[in-house]
Amino acid sequence: MSTDTLAALAADLLSGRIRVIDLTQTLAPEFPQIVLPPEFGQCWPFRIEEVSRYDERGPAWYWNNFSCGEHTGTHFDAPIHWISGRDLPNNATDTVPVQHLVGRACVIDCSREAAADPDYLLTRERVLEWERHHGRIPPRAWLLMRTDWSKRTDPVAYQNFDETGQHTPGPASDLVRFLVEERDVIGFGSEAIGTDAGQGYHLRPPYPCHYFMHGAGRYGLQCLTNLDRLPPTGAVIFCAPLKIKNGSGSPIRALALVPG
Amino acid sequence: MIPPLPRPKRKNPVLRTRAPLLPPGPRSRAALGLTAAAALGRFELQECAACGAVQYPPREACHRCLGVELPWRRQSGEGELIAETTIHHSHDTFFRERLPWRLGMVRLDAGPTVVAHLHGGCGTAPARVLVGARLDKAGQGVLVAFPPEEVPNMADDRQLREMTCDPKYRKVLITDGKTAVGQALVRAVCAAGAELVWVGHAEPWKKLPGLEQIDAMPGVSLVPLDLTDSRAVREIAGEIGGKVDILINNAEVHRTQGIASRSGIEVARAEMDVNYFGLLRLAQEFAPAMRARAADGQSSATAWVNLLSVFALSSFPGQGTYSASKAAALSLSQTLRAEMRPAGIRVIDVFPGPLDDEWNQTLPPPKVSPEALARAIVAALRDGVEDVYPGEVAAEWFARWRENPKALERELASQS
Repeated sequence: MSTDTLAALAADLLSGRIRVIDLTQTLAPEFPQIVLPPEFGQCWPFRIEEVSRYDERGPAWYWNNFSCGEHTGTHFDAPIHWISGRDLPNNATDTVPVQHLVGRACVIDCSREAAADPDYLLTRERVLEWERHHGRIPPRAWLLMRTDWSKRTDPVAYQNFDETGQHTPGPASDLVRFLVEERDVIGFGSEAIGTDAGQGYHLRPPYPCHYFMHGAGRYGLQCLTNLDRLPPTGAVIFCAPLKIKNGSGSPIRALALVPG
Repeated sequence: MIPPLPRPKRKNPVLRTRAPLLPPGPRSRAALGLTAAAALGRFELQECAACGAVQYPPREACHRCLGVELPWRRQSGEGELIAETTIHHSHDTFFRERLPWRLGMVRLDAGPTVVAHLHGGCGTAPARVLVGARLDKAGQGVLVAFPPEEVPNMADDRQLREMTCDPKYRKVLITDGKTAVGQALVRAVCAAGAELVWVGHAEPWKKLPGLEQIDAMPGVSLVPLDLTDSRAVREIAGEIGGKVDILINNAEVHRTQGIASRSGIEVARAEMDVNYFGLLRLAQEFAPAMRARAADGQSSATAWVNLLSVFALSSFPGQGTYSASKAAALSLSQTLRAEMRPAGIRVIDVFPGPLDDEWNQTLPPPKVSPEALARAIVAALRDGVEDVYPGEVAAEWFARWRENPKALERELASQS
């Protein structure tokens, strides 16, 4: 049966009945990285240095060296990223079960709300309303919050800072607990620079999505794009981090399979 | 009468950009003493420790008593112009393009008679003059006789401008406009008559005070510039590198860590990435274009300024990794100076003591204000010096370092 499923999948991929959607932002120096107060340690932005380009440094080949942080660009957060998940088993990029890295995705369209209010917090009530239309979130599925934030191609608008900090949408604290405890999601995905809202430091607890998700061994995806090309239910996503020893996260090439 | 410097016309694009030439550069080791002082903006001559004779030209032994202990001492420069000439013909390629050229002989009140370039404000001999030392295009110390009193348009003198890097009517790039120092620099070079000022700014999503006011100033343009991003530096150099006459690299990462005070190397690496590699990236991308434009008419490429720190000379252990990054930058700046010399472009290193900035919040005064630092940099450009130690802390540490670097090392350690 499974063999048949895979064969059918391969055939559907070939024929285009199943399409592959790229959920990944391009890794480029101009893509912004998360900002912390300057006295803290900082995440490296993506940087690239040319090694050779068919020249005296390497006559027949072109290649680069690049550097970035584990949390640069479209990336995966492992449970060990947060203090609440530090003692869990299999909590790092090299030990998370790979079975978890391919799974169903539910996509909630919050683009209208986020356009009206950059500090929009996705609530439990809003998710329950979504379930009335699309059915209950199945266990071990991803919840992806579509905000169209990725369409803010100007880094200033994408980061959206003012003197009180960053203003980007994210989940409310009670929603995160609900998703973990009552819907058993595998993780939460966001288009903004973090899974938590820009003002998430002022929620209780601070950064609830990091605190509760990682504390329960669940994962985070951020800087996703093309969520507007996913159906509310029915997509399968691939989000494997690099196998960094004891890594807290990793840039990924996030892909989704959707019906054609 | 010195005619005021005219606003330069736009370049005629059908004419070849001329190649830079230098005046004769070779000097004996003794004569380099004059250069070393001129690099600091000082006029010094040898004074015999045995008989007190002041001598010129510099030599290995005293012309009067053959004493060999000849320390360099600052001179007032006061003297009498006793003879002058105007040269209308020369086989030297540099002077051939700059004729006529006025020279004179000045009998210094201190004793010797010197040959000096004559500022246009000097009267005909005999006349009282004030001799000062300047660096010429070859980077060597030469003497210039000035009128004893300020005359109108003093800095606009045609011969003097061959030895200075006045920002007037020049196009300036300031690499970081987000700091108080950067913003003070923009105001200072605008006040000095700069034609155009490009102001770099990194990470545009981080709002820092003052940048919008700078952007609103006439003649000022913000340009995205992050010295950690090689491609971005290349792009902006491609865009404006062929127009920059004066590059002021004030971008820096300044943190206050030693070795033991913070684990890991992230802070040190961030300092090195901007303070050292950032300078390297800038130099690789901007220096070739500037060298090619070093003889591009009145407003040619003329100077490159690096904001270093007096900690580059000797580590301040409380800011040890910052000191190390500035020491690395100083070393690289010497290389840049060597590579810019054939084009006659001056590389100016600025070594302030602690700045009155956010990261020096807990250091007691005296601290250098951004405005004072900016004034010192503009003055260095106008005087054409190579090394500047603005502020009393820097001046004192520099003097102590020259006298006994080991003693300064101990003193700085005990201050940390």
